[in-house]
Amino acid sequence: MDRRAVSDRSAASDSGPLIGRALVAGAAEGAVLYSSEPLSFWGGYDAETGEIIDRRHPLAGQVGAGRILAIPATRGSSTTTAVLLEAIRRGTAPAAFLTRGPDTFLALAAIVAAQLYDRAPPVIALSREEFDALRRIRHARVEPGGTVLAR
Amino acid sequence: MPSVRLDERDLAFLGGDEGEGARLAMSILVRMADVVGARELLDITAAHIDSSLYQGPATLEFAERLADGGARVRVPATLNVSGVDEHGWREWDVDESWAEPARRQMEAYEAMGCEPTWTCAPYQTQARPGVGEQVAWGESSAIVFANSVLGARTERYPDLLDICCAVTGRAPAAGLHLTRNRAGQVLVDLSRIPRRLAAEPALYPVLGHWIGLRVEGRIPVLDGLPARPGEDDLKALGAAMASSGAVGLFHWVGLTPEAPDPDAAFQGREPATRLRPGPTELRAARDELGSGLSDAEGLDLVVLGSPHFSLSEFAALAGLVEGRRCHAGVRLVITTGRAVRALAREAGYLNAIESFGGELTVDTCILTTPMLPESIRRLMTNSAKYAWYTPGLLERAVAFGSLSDCVESAVAGRVTRDEGAWTAGP
Repeated sequence: MDRRAVSDRSAASDSGPLIGRALVAGAAEGAVLYSSEPLSFWGGYDAETGEIIDRRHPLAGQVGAGRILAIPATRGSSTTTAVLLEAIRRGTAPAAFLTRGPDTFLALAAIVAAQLYDRAPPVIALSREEFDALRRIRHARVEPGGTVLAR
Repeated sequence: MPSVRLDERDLAFLGGDEGEGARLAMSILVRMADVVGARELLDITAAHIDSSLYQGPATLEFAERLADGGARVRVPATLNVSGVDEHGWREWDVDESWAEPARRQMEAYEAMGCEPTWTCAPYQTQARPGVGEQVAWGESSAIVFANSVLGARTERYPDLLDICCAVTGRAPAAGLHLTRNRAGQVLVDLSRIPRRLAAEPALYPVLGHWIGLRVEGRIPVLDGLPARPGEDDLKALGAAMASSGAVGLFHWVGLTPEAPDPDAAFQGREPATRLRPGPTELRAARDELGSGLSDAEGLDLVVLGSPHFSLSEFAALAGLVEGRRCHAGVRLVITTGRAVRALAREAGYLNAIESFGGELTVDTCILTTPMLPESIRRLMTNSAKYAWYTPGLLERAVAFGSLSDCVESAVAGRVTRDEGAWTAGP
């Protein structure tokens, strides 16, 4: 048995459910990929593979596809939305986004994807404290109303 | 029901009275107004469209959904760089399978009535929005220039949304459109920067890079530099801040329109944070812009022009390369807009640059079109934006230096940088 998983579960259950604001509502479940560093998707996320390619970013080399991506915000390029839309179309996008405060770029890509492809990853805005609590959570479920549960 | 208040025209768009394309644009705009908490939409007078960038089938599909749905821009709209140099891509390693859909996407935006300017620096040749004018601009480097240097008002519009604003002539009344959200938040005291470094043009991209990493999305106010930057300097400064951070507006006391004095820049409030960079920090920031390529190493490409090279930058470059020759193993490429290229040719600057061995690419840049052959592995640039994005987007090594460093390196065939201005002392 993986002892780390057990201790993580107890740490996560201590924090209780996180009540976010669903900018784009939806349900998702998966492993959490967390960083306290903002990320530009243009030059930072490969829409073909779902890999994080910003070589200066702590998550460089990790695959975001199907994961619950927790970053404080996007940064940089206006083209982040276009890269994410393409990733959603290809099925290489994260399963959900959790951010510190509302991130309009991520929300826009999901809103357009819902129009074009009838699918969109949920985009949930959390408070600073709740976002910081994600640091200790390895696996999470996002509920349609914006609540995030550690699993 | 959306919480944003809509007028009759908005409701007509939403009801499909102006066609399916305009309905789609308004429905996205209304959803986004809700996301940003806007109570109403406001009228815009112009737009700059970054959605023109081809990023794969999805961006083309979005453009054609709007265009085929009869969407037309309601305000003058300039176009940012595209995914391909429309007439010159065959001179580079661009694959037909990329060029064809990228061209189709260009046509879709032209069909919507956008102006085929194809530049990330529309303010260099096109009509400029005035102080206080409400516009919707995309392209991070252009947004920060419009807000800060021109004093126009635009939110940081991402791709896919700028065109929705242009098609409807409307934007959510939120963010940097509103006076109260334009107050400075972080004071950047530049009085520790020595005169010699203040006179070095490469200070500005380096400073922007350093500030962007520290302020993230907040509004910096710069003050106290013993020099007065020009427009090219402010272009480089803003582009760097908008790459390493999410800066959409900065103020420069005594220089930019909303900052006649510190009190105006901060709208009477106290700065939340103070930063005071000196030569040691800035030299480290300069070195951090490079990645995987050290001084004295060999070089394959020198690339200039992100944001697009201006006429005055062409003049400076022509002066530096006059009567000289680029090293046989190095290519020099300058990325610029069609209009500036024509002006530079007319002014005679291109003679010296082309005799040197320099080449021009228009409509796009090395980051937005896959144009570089595999044999090009080692780049040098004076642009913080090129330096920042090269490792991730191009998977190549890059060195950062001043314009003059870039020219000297192109001649020498290896990276060479003048350390003079970057060492401590006056």
